[in-house]
Amino acid sequence: MAARRATDEMRDRVVLGEFGVRNVHTTDFPGNYPGYDDAWDQRRFEEAFRVDVIREEEDTLEFDMVGIDAAIANAFRRILLAEVPTMAVEKVFVYNNTSIVQDEILAHRLGLIPIRADPRLFEYRNQGDQEGTEIDTLQFQLKIKCKRNPQAAKESSDPDELYFNHKVYSKHMTWVPLGNQTDLFPDADFRPVHDDILIALLRPGQEIDVLMHCVKGIGKDHAKFSPVATASYRLLPDITLLQPIEDEAAETLQKCFSPGVIEVQNINGKKVARVANARLDTFSREVFRHEGLKNLVRLARVRNHYIFSVESTGILPPDVLVSEAIKILMGKCQRFLNELDSVAME
Amino acid sequence: MAGSGSGPALETIQADGTDGNCVTFVLHDEDHTLGNSLRYMVMKNPDVEFCGYCITHPSESKINFRIQTRGALPAVEPFRKGLNDLMGVCQHVLNTFERSMKEFRAQKEEEMQ
Repeated sequence: MAARRATDEMRDRVVLGEFGVRNVHTTDFPGNYPGYDDAWDQRRFEEAFRVDVIREEEDTLEFDMVGIDAAIANAFRRILLAEVPTMAVEKVFVYNNTSIVQDEILAHRLGLIPIRADPRLFEYRNQGDQEGTEIDTLQFQLKIKCKRNPQAAKESSDPDELYFNHKVYSKHMTWVPLGNQTDLFPDADFRPVHDDILIALLRPGQEIDVLMHCVKGIGKDHAKFSPVATASYRLLPDITLLQPIEDEAAETLQKCFSPGVIEVQNINGKKVARVANARLDTFSREVFRHEGLKNLVRLARVRNHYIFSVESTGILPPDVLVSEAIKILMGKCQRFLNELDSVAME
Repeated sequence: MAGSGSGPALETIQADGTDGNCVTFVLHDEDHTLGNSLRYMVMKNPDVEFCGYCITHPSESKINFRIQTRGALPAVEPFRKGLNDLMGVCQHVLNTFERSMKEFRAQKEEEMQ
């Protein structure tokens, strides 16, 4: 019985010891454990798998994926960061730039501005195509000139009063439809996601007149194309008290963990510690610094329970990003299946 | 840029003297994203004796994916099965995720009212 429990722990938990982490790798492959049937079974997977959405805000999504392996969860995370396409400024045609910001620095900053344009409506640009067509390019114009304000008070030193247009914001970028884009996208409103991104500062007489081409790309090519502010996951913490912990030790134990994890209850006049909500813990391992407590607690993580946190830059809502990421992984598999079939045909 | 790919996306290398049950697949334009998840699915196949992948050089985006099978089963079979199983997993994850999102939003609607 104890041996079975020990193997179950090895299979299900990643244990955080004082000086290292044990049972990191997935070992439940067929043949590794006698008495366990580990061959892939789609039905068993479907029964055990579930997704729980915890929190959804405008641009953030927190959800749990339970019953899946690290390799696949990590694949989704990698795809969210680097392979879900978006539109971003790629080419900047500088007609006039007398500002103090150099052309290339200005172009770099413009590229990093997130553009509210659904990338699914556009195609990738063909390689070697310098001009761009209406199906793969979005054109934006930024034309702004700074002037002195004749009405400003003589002694004022506040630039907001002295000058017009001295701060160039992303709201000054205007969409210039190419070809038949006005017919293709009649209600579309292509603009940067945020209006208040400061691009450059000007003084009277300086002006910026640039034309920008946005293309579709992926984060692997340049980080400006990444659709997420960040996408990460952590494993569900699992804290077990190996022995009952009482009185002073219970109070110390509560302080060793993040607030809300350990609850001290009053049972029969004695203070007893209980694990209330292990999910909140960030595993600082403070408990290992206390000689009296370090052998009474087992810190572990549940191997197949992933708490995902996806934060979008605003181009696409986070749940759309996750769906797209899953479809991209399916697309990769399909590509190789097609290759196999075409080779088999020959 | 995405969408570029000249040449075959998949090559197979077979050592002399073996009869198709240990093959190295060279997958172009791939990395750990597909490599590790596909390795996991192929390892779950009890007919596979060995499965591993490596990235030959970090400057080249290709992986060597090796499968050795038990007995006389051609190595292409577990590879194909692994790809199909991975597609099945993704499809189920997609359906479950979209269903959970719908339920969560419906529940929030109820709470608002």
